Amino acid sequence: MDNFLEISGQVFAKNGLITAFTLVGLIICLSYYLSNRFTKGRLHGSAIAISIGLLLAYLGGVKTGGQKGLADIPLFAGIGLMGGSMLINLAIVSTAFGAGLDEFRKSGLAGILSLSLGVPISFVVGALIAFSFGYSDPVDITTIGAGAVTYIVGPVTGIALGANSEIITLSIAAGLVKAILVMLSTPLIAPYIGLNNPQTAIIFGGMMGTNSGVAAGLGAVDPKLVPYGAMPATFYTGLGCLVAPSVFFLIVKWLML
Amino acid sequence: MIVYGVALFSACLLIGLIAGDALGALIGVKANVGGVGISMLLLIVLAERFKNELNLESASGRGIGFWSAMYIPVVVAMAAQQNVLAAVSSGAVAILAGSGAVILSFALIPLINKMNKKS
Repeated sequence: MDNFLEISGQVFAKNGLITAFTLVGLIICLSYYLSNRFTKGRLHGSAIAISIGLLLAYLGGVKTGGQKGLADIPLFAGIGLMGGSMLINLAIVSTAFGAGLDEFRKSGLAGILSLSLGVPISFVVGALIAFSFGYSDPVDITTIGAGAVTYIVGPVTGIALGANSEIITLSIAAGLVKAILVMLSTPLIAPYIGLNNPQTAIIFGGMMGTNSGVAAGLGAVDPKLVPYGAMPATFYTGLGCLVAPSVFFLIVKWLML
Repeated sequence: MIVYGVALFSACLLIGLIAGDALGALIGVKANVGGVGISMLLLIVLAERFKNELNLESASGRGIGFWSAMYIPVVVAMAAQQNVLAAVSSGAVAILAGSGAVILSFALIPLINKMNKKS
């Protein structure tokens, strides 16, 4: 029996991507069962599946102490490939197949407006929290604020400004909290903010900006909305990396004088 | 053929990512600026231009359709490899900064939506 388990384990580890397909299929199957049985489909199966994914990521982190959730367990390393940036980007692009160019034309301005509001708003919230917790160095405040933009803008800004590694870690954590919260809360909040049409999805993408959060959050609401939200979101991190270490830093420095 | 569709939208992604990296380098930012967005625009324009060859009924279209149907499973795998432990155990500053940004952004969406409908 031990031998059989060992052989199975080796096969799973050697065929990582196939193991990931099987595991994710099982998670989704269980999620749709739970959704129908206990919520009568009100809480969508995909929202439950994403939550289970996050829970498994937490358990993986606790077990290994690594940074890649479940993918750090050798048996489930294929999850890292299946859910890595390469296939996520491919899947996001594929959702654009069948999306209407007209919707983007109609809401292009709203997308730009929400982008130019979304980045500063997240930054200001993060910076104010940092300030209220007693941080007074403009570099620290800017880096934590940038982390609230996305978990990529945080470290890019921190490294550019020469923040210490503790502050950079904190900024990544702030961005992670944001991404995970967007994943979990979007399907619950969508009905209250009218997030059920392409225009609102474009605004949502520009306001939230965190790629993984927007991708998962909108996917759980309605995969048809994904291309509309993902489009402005792909510019969000770039915009953040442009303004946080430059304009925003100068403003914070001036305010802290 | 199914592979034509897969090859086509894979090429769209590569072109978009190259353009996004180039755009980032151009404005001096160490990030890909809009790469996936540019890829999506490319695919949308191609799908509108070649409606007969690229639709959900055509073989090429089904190659792309398969990957859009795999969207949620890929997203679940992405969720399963997030650094949730770091987020949960990060302390008050990170949790308040991240969640505050989300709450305020959610609150402002209906407002921008209204402005958008008026204009």
